[in-house]
Order: sequence, then C-alpha cells, then structure tokens
Amino acid sequence: MIPRIFLLLMLLLGCAAHAAPNPALVRQLAAEESDDKIAAIQKLALTAEPEALAVLQQLADGSLKDDKGEDISINNRVRRELEGALAVLKLIDPDPVVRFAAVKEIAGNVDAAMAPMLAKARDRETVPKIRALLVEIHAAATLKDPDPQVRIAAAKSLASSADPNTQAMLKAQSEPANETEVEVRRAAFQSYLAVKDRLTLAENIGRVFSGLSLGSILLLAALGLAITYGVMGVINMAHGELLMIGAYATYAMQGMFRSYFPDHLDWYLLAAVPVAFFAAAAVGVLLERTVIRWLYGRALETLLATWGLSLMLIQAARVIFGAQNVEVANPTWMSGGIEILPSIVLPLNRIVIVGFALFVLALVWALMNKTRLGMFVRAVTQNRAMAGCVGVPTGRIDTVAFALGAGIAGLGGVALSQIANVGPDMGQGYIVDSFMVVVLGGVGQLAGAVWAALGLGIVTKFIEAWSGAVIAKIVVLVFIIMFIQKRPQGLFALKGRFVES
Amino acid sequence: MKRVPFIVRFFSATPKQGWIAIAVAAVVTMILLPALHLLVPAGSPFHVSAYVITLVGKIMCYAIVAVAMDLIWGYTGILSLGHGLFFALGGYAFGMYLMRQIGRDGSYQSDLPDFMVFLDWKALPWYWTGSDSILWVLFLVLTVPALVALIFGFFAFRSRIKGVYFSIITQAMVFAAMLFFFRNETGFGGNNGFTDFKRILGYSITAPEMRVSLFALTAAMLLATLVLGRYLVTSKLGRVLAAIRDAESRVMFIGYNPLHYKLFIWTLSALLCGIAGALYVPQVGIINPGEMSPANSIEIAIWVAVGGRATLIGPVIGAFIVNLAKSFFTMAFPEYWLFFLGALFVGVTLWLPDGVVGLWRKLREKRAQVVAK
Repeated sequence: MIPRIFLLLMLLLGCAAHAAPNPALVRQLAAEESDDKIAAIQKLALTAEPEALAVLQQLADGSLKDDKGEDISINNRVRRELEGALAVLKLIDPDPVVRFAAVKEIAGNVDAAMAPMLAKARDRETVPKIRALLVEIHAAATLKDPDPQVRIAAAKSLASSADPNTQAMLKAQSEPANETEVEVRRAAFQSYLAVKDRLTLAENIGRVFSGLSLGSILLLAALGLAITYGVMGVINMAHGELLMIGAYATYAMQGMFRSYFPDHLDWYLLAAVPVAFFAAAAVGVLLERTVIRWLYGRALETLLATWGLSLMLIQAARVIFGAQNVEVANPTWMSGGIEILPSIVLPLNRIVIVGFALFVLALVWALMNKTRLGMFVRAVTQNRAMAGCVGVPTGRIDTVAFALGAGIAGLGGVALSQIANVGPDMGQGYIVDSFMVVVLGGVGQLAGAVWAALGLGIVTKFIEAWSGAVIAKIVVLVFIIMFIQKRPQGLFALKGRFVES
Repeated sequence: MKRVPFIVRFFSATPKQGWIAIAVAAVVTMILLPALHLLVPAGSPFHVSAYVITLVGKIMCYAIVAVAMDLIWGYTGILSLGHGLFFALGGYAFGMYLMRQIGRDGSYQSDLPDFMVFLDWKALPWYWTGSDSILWVLFLVLTVPALVALIFGFFAFRSRIKGVYFSIITQAMVFAAMLFFFRNETGFGGNNGFTDFKRILGYSITAPEMRVSLFALTAAMLLATLVLGRYLVTSKLGRVLAAIRDAESRVMFIGYNPLHYKLFIWTLSALLCGIAGALYVPQVGIINPGEMSPANSIEIAIWVAVGGRATLIGPVIGAFIVNLAKSFFTMAFPEYWLFFLGALFVGVTLWLPDGVVGLWRKLREKRAQVVAK
C-alpha cells in the first residue's frame, strides 16, 4: 500500500502543482463506496498542498463534515490508505518539526521502492539536519538496488552514519548469503567497520561520562567523610543520614517555593544549597557536642555510637516526613539532555552534578588551604598537642571541622535528591561506598578521595557494561578489599613516621 | 612447668558455682521448659506457649553468636561488622537441606526446590550436590563459614589490618555477600531466600516435639559454647589474646606471632556463628539475604556491649535484653524501636562501657566497701 503512494508522491514531487484542494475531490471523500474514497485520497495526496494535508488530517480525526454537516465515516481499509498518505505527505510538510518527525518514523522501515521518492525529498530539503538524515535513509533504501554500482555508492555513503541499525544493515550486506557482488561486499564491510568504530567510540565516551557522573556522586558523598574521618579520625556511621538531611532540606525548600514563590519554582534548588549546608551542619554540631566529643580516641566506640545516632535520625525522618519516599522534581533547566550522537544522550542533570561536585571540591580545597580556619584544622590533624600549645582552640576546631564535614554531606544530599530516591533509608546505601572511597584514597587526603571517587566511578561503569550492576558492585568491593590488603594506607599515604598503637 | 591433664584443666576452668549454674540451666532448658510446653494443657497458667519456645530458642541462637562475637571483640579487641555473614552461611547450608526435604510437596511438585523450578533450572547447581544428605549438610555448616573466615582472616591479619579498618572491610564483605545472595541466578533463592520448610529427617518441622527438640539442642549448644569459651579464655591462649587486644606490638616483640592466634579465634568464632545459623533456620522457618544486611551484623556488637565485653555471661544477657526489648517494642510501639535501639548504642558506649555485668560488679564492689567500713 505505502509503496504505491510513494510512487504517486514521486510523480507529484516532479510536477509540484500549486492549486487549492479541488472541492469535487473533497466532496468525493464523502462518497458511499470505499473505492471512491480511496481514489479521492490518492488524488488529494498528489496535489501535495498543505491544504490537502489539512483536509486529510481532518478526515483522519473524524472532524471532516460532508455537505449536510454530518460526520464522514471511514472503514479500516480507507483508514490504512489514509495513514499511508498522511505519513508521506508529512515529508514535505512546511513545518521542519513535522518533517523531522516524519523522517525519523520512516527511518525504521526503509524499502527499496521508496528510494526515488526519498531522493526527491532529499533534494528539496533545506534544513541541513533533516537533509543529512534523508541522505542516510536514501542510501539505506538504495542498498538493495538491482544495480551493483548504486549499491556500492550507497554502502560508501553510509560509512559516515552513527546509527546501530545502519551498522546491522551493512553487516548483513557484507555477508555472501545476502550479497552476490564481491565489490559491494567489500564496500559494505569497510563502511561497517567505520560505523562500528564510531559507535564503539561513542559508547566509550558515554561510559566515561556516566563513570564521571557516578564518580562525582561518590565524591560528593565521601568528601564530607574525608574531613570527619580522614582529617579528624572520627568514624561517623551517621554520615549517610547527613546526606539524607541535605536531601530532605531540598525537599522542604521545594515545598516552600511551591507555596510562596510558585513563579520562581525553578530556582528552589539554588536556595536549597545553603539551606541544606546549614541544616546538616547544625545537626553535625549537635552530634559532635553531645556524643562524639566524649569518644575522641576511641574509634570503635565512636563507630557504635554514631551507628546508634544514624538509627535515631532515620526514625526521626520517618516520623517527620513519613516512611514513603518523597518526590523531588528536577527544575526545568536541569531536565533533558545533550545529544552528542543518535545513540548517546548526556542527561543535563548529570552534567550539572559533575559541575556541582567540582564547585564543592574547589570550595573545600580553598577552605582547607587558603583560610585561617583550614590552617587550624590541618594543624590539629598533624599534631594536636602542639597546636594546642601555640594557641589553637582545639576543642572548638573539632566542632567546626565536624560541622564542615556534615555541611558538605548536606550539599551531597542536594545533588542526590536530583537523581536518587529521597527517603529515610537513602543514606544507608551510601555509607559503605563513602568509606570505600576514603579508605581507597588514603585517610587524610582530599586529593586521594577525588582520584578514588572518579576511578571507582569509571571502573564500575566499565565493569557494569559486561556484567550488570550488582556483579560490578561486588567486583569493585572485592577489589577494594584486596587493594587494602596490599596497601593499607590507601593510594596516597601521608608522608611521615607513625607509631602504631 | 608441670603439665596438667586435660580433664583436670577442663573442669577447673569453670568454678564450682559455674558448673552448678550450668547444670541448673541445662535442667530448665532441656527438661522443665519442654515438659511445660508438651505435657501441660494449653489452658493451664503453667503452660509454655509455642511462641515463647520459639522466641527463646531464637534468642539462644543469637546468644551463641554474641558469645562468638565476644571471643573476637571482647577478648581479642577485633570488632567484626561482618559476623552476620557466617551466621547466614550456616543458615543457608542447613536451609538447603530443609528445602530438599520438602521433596515433591512444593507448589510445582518437582524434585527441585520451587525457586529453581521458577527460574526454569533443570538440575541442581554443582555446589548443592549432596544437599539432601544431613551428614554432608552438617559438614557444610561446620566448614563453609569457617573456611570463608579462614581465607578472609588470613589475608586481613597477614597484612596487619586492624582497628576500624578491619571493621569497615568486614562490613564491605558482608555487604558484597548480601548483594550476591540477593541475585536470583546465584542459586540461593534471591530475595525470598529459603522458606516453607516441611520436614527434618522425615519428621514434621511444625510438630511440638520437633520444636522442643530444636530448643533443647540450641540450649545444649549455647551451654557448650559457654564452657568452651571459659576453657579458652582461662588458657594460655586466652592470655595471649588479651595481650594482643591490649598491646599487639609488645606481643610481637616478645616473640609471639599474633597472626596465628587471631586467625584461630576468628575462625572459631565464625564456626560458632555458622552452627547458630543452622539451629536458627529450622526454628524461625526462613533464611533470606536480609540476615546479611550490615545493620544486622552491627546489632550483634550491641548485644555484646550491653551485656559486657570480655565476660562470657555478658553477651548472653545482652542478647536476651536487646532481643526481648525488640519483641516488646515491635509489638507495642513499633515506631519507637529504632529510637530505643539507637539510644542503647549511644548510651552504652557513653555511660556503660562494661555493660550490665560491669555495672553489677561495680555495685557489688561499692557494697563491699560500705560493709568493710
């Protein structure tokens, strides 16, 4: 059915007529006989007029009336014919958006009979993007042409494609079972290799990107821990719950913007950043002052006590916000993605998170290395007694450093709220990962945490590609366990001499 | 030094009062409670219900785990956050035997366990070969957790990983194992694990007689664990373990290799956990990967801490206190249980470093001082 329409369209593209839809033809659409209706549809399609398209569209919707103002009914046979005509007419639609959609739709089921018509549509096309697609579809259609020279030309022109379907088609064409001519097979095979290389490259780029994205999430989750554990030596098992507090703060800001500033809802996320930081930091101060302070130097006890705190924080979140996950929406400026190739789309929210991770990292680095507070923190880390002797208020520095670590965890929570479920248990899933990052990177090393997070992210994504997500996680955990056996001090060890126990 | 014969050494490890207490506990758990459950009619105020038997049986399994944990944490100073793995491994091994005992009475009337039929498997995977034989399964219960612990412990202790590092690695280990057991294709029943058991050795698993037999067996195992623990901690080995806990470097400088001692007690601890898991599964009627969640493993530590580290009766008391509280809260105020448990973690570490037993000792000392004055 469709090929016949294509032939008609080919004619019509040749002698593009410019006449208003013939009233007689429109009237014929209301004829009793289905054959008459089909004839009228075909003739209307021939005129290639936007008005004809509109009439046929009305007929398909059932909104077209006959002379007496009654609906025109159509049966399935007519409807099929009508749909074919509409699909083809869309290729010459004045609106580029409609044309683009039509081309995309046809790309899935090309046929040798469509080739001449596709060539005409291609020559008419002015928008470069649609034209490139039409070139590719036309080549795919002529790949089955009876003339070997045409087939070779088609195979060669397909070498620039980046579509997995084209790859499969070229591979089929390069096999003796489907193609008799050696020359064509060779051309098809060369093009196949070119497309395959391009697709593999694109896939790897996509994987590196999702690895970077996972790595920056790990980094955001672990950076706060790198301060509290790495720098202060406090095993904070409630760290995941500080992430949760950041995420719930984001949720609360979203609710507030919805109620009070619905016009600026898109910017709630920016407002959530400081709120989450201070909310988590405040909880951090509370924890440090009431519990952790009394346990310095007793790492295992700290571990158990902070685990207890995490249980209480989880239950508190359940009581306040309910046990169900809450919904945090991406702002519109973070939805969608950037298409680098037809098969690879980089989601915008991931890109924003990578950027956010860099921002937080820069912030922490500047704070630790360029401010008086950072200097104090480093001094207490290196030698608490000596720092106290020269007048550093070590007790207060502990509180501030812990609050800083907690606040950064809150920032991590803002990022997590955009890509993961926000619920009371959300922090539990990150605690093991965060510790792995800090331990792998080397305790007391911010740079180590960065490399460990990015490395873990990318390695995980590449293993995932051939083994699935869960196995990848197990493999990575086993790898870390083995790595720590070899280098208990992590990737980057602090230089210096230490006395054990 | 004169060599003391083993029997003498064994019996002198526990003082006289200790042996009397053990005998009383044995009579209560192996004769009195089973009799009150089986022979006293259900309406009588002296009847012990099936619920109580199952609950106490379950907690006694936990108490074995707690004593095992105490040997490695309280006496040797190594905090493991992965003991749930060994418990679950023992449970899974015995659970598979129970699955095979279902026979053709499952929903699919197949020789294979239901979850394998559901996955469209045609034969048992190789590692479950022989799982229909009780002897082979008991062998697995005794060896698999111990072997896993031996291998893991060898690498960890050899590279002298200790303190919180070791704790975090064991947590990662149990976490990885949980993910692995959650998978359907690994042959461990995935999400649902093993359940719907029908028989042990051909006898119905729900019969009251079977219930009290398992109960008495668990009680015997718990008492045996306590006697063994007592023997170990009063031996020379026990002294070396305590020395490792207090000053590992000095132990090495004196000429001991801590690796062997740590590895021995670590493997023994895992073995005891595996046995406890195997006793736990038929009484509770289910084993699933949830037993390996890091939260469960860390809870074991709080049983020990509540009762009192480096005492043997402490972990048993702690396991009973925490788990009875859990049963009470989850029935009466389910939403407050986590608050209570969390507060317990914080409170015990801050104010009760020696647990309930330590508190009791302190009170007695005070009274003795008052009396002396």
